[in-house]
Amino acid sequence: MIAAGEPAPDFTLRDQDGEKVSLSDFRGRKVMLVFYPADFSPVCGDQFSIYQEVKPEIDEKGLELVGISVDSAWAHKAFQEKLGFEFTLLSDFEPKGEVARAYGSYIDRVGTANRTLVLVDEEGKVAWTYESPNPGEFPGANVIFDAVS
Amino acid sequence: MADLGSAPIPPVGPDDHVRGEGEEGLVVYADLGCPHCAGAWQRLRDRPGRLVFRHFPVASKHPRSPALHAAAEAAGRQNRFFAMVDSLYADRGRVDDPHLWQRAERLGLDLERFEEDRRAPEIQARIKRDFQSGIRAGVAGTPATFDACTLVAVREREF
Repeated sequence: MIAAGEPAPDFTLRDQDGEKVSLSDFRGRKVMLVFYPADFSPVCGDQFSIYQEVKPEIDEKGLELVGISVDSAWAHKAFQEKLGFEFTLLSDFEPKGEVARAYGSYIDRVGTANRTLVLVDEEGKVAWTYESPNPGEFPGANVIFDAVS
Repeated sequence: MADLGSAPIPPVGPDDHVRGEGEEGLVVYADLGCPHCAGAWQRLRDRPGRLVFRHFPVASKHPRSPALHAAAEAAGRQNRFFAMVDSLYADRGRVDDPHLWQRAERLGLDLERFEEDRRAPEIQARIKRDFQSGIRAGVAGTPATFDACTLVAVREREF
């Protein structure tokens, strides 16, 4: 798992609309990378539903929250629309899980990212990280607010 | 700006919805649109001791939840909070506005007052206060049950 203080590896991935998004696009803003196992899994749906409920407060903190999983952009679009999420979802699809691996979040035996949060500061450095003990648990939204307080 | 950083659940207060007797008991954060909560509700309400109900509507999962929580809170203003909660969990298939009016009538509520109350800003604020206290306590799914300030039960999930 990547550690606080390290430079956050840059990447360019497609979002739910097929548009290219790079980490460097967020330079000057705080961004929370939310690595998660899979669109439409019950826990992932619950996780983003909870975060969606507090999106106004996340926005007030000036924080960009971006989901990353190995799903395709089309799956992201369907997931986003089904549950009404307003967060950007990035597709770490090919090479599969390359960005998750760069951040130390990938679980080889499962074939997906673990549930991991990485806060990247305005200068592009890792400011804080959180890794769930297993993919079945996710950090509550309070953990995000603790990280940026 | 709301502070949503970690904090224990607030102590039980005079405007909490309390069922049963006793100084000790459970506090449950529940979503009235959640099937898992409906499944757990009968066991929770029938256990001995005090049970405190706190609102935790997750609209993106259950789009009618905000309306259901507002309806329960409005029924509470006519002293029928838990009667409405029981009704909503007992029959999850009929939750549109006409169904809520039917439920309100069956519970003997003043319908005009019910309609006014369930749209009142104070009721929305009351529900939001509960929700935010759950967020601060780390509630990440419903039902979430606390004994004193300790989270003792969450719904187990795979992946």
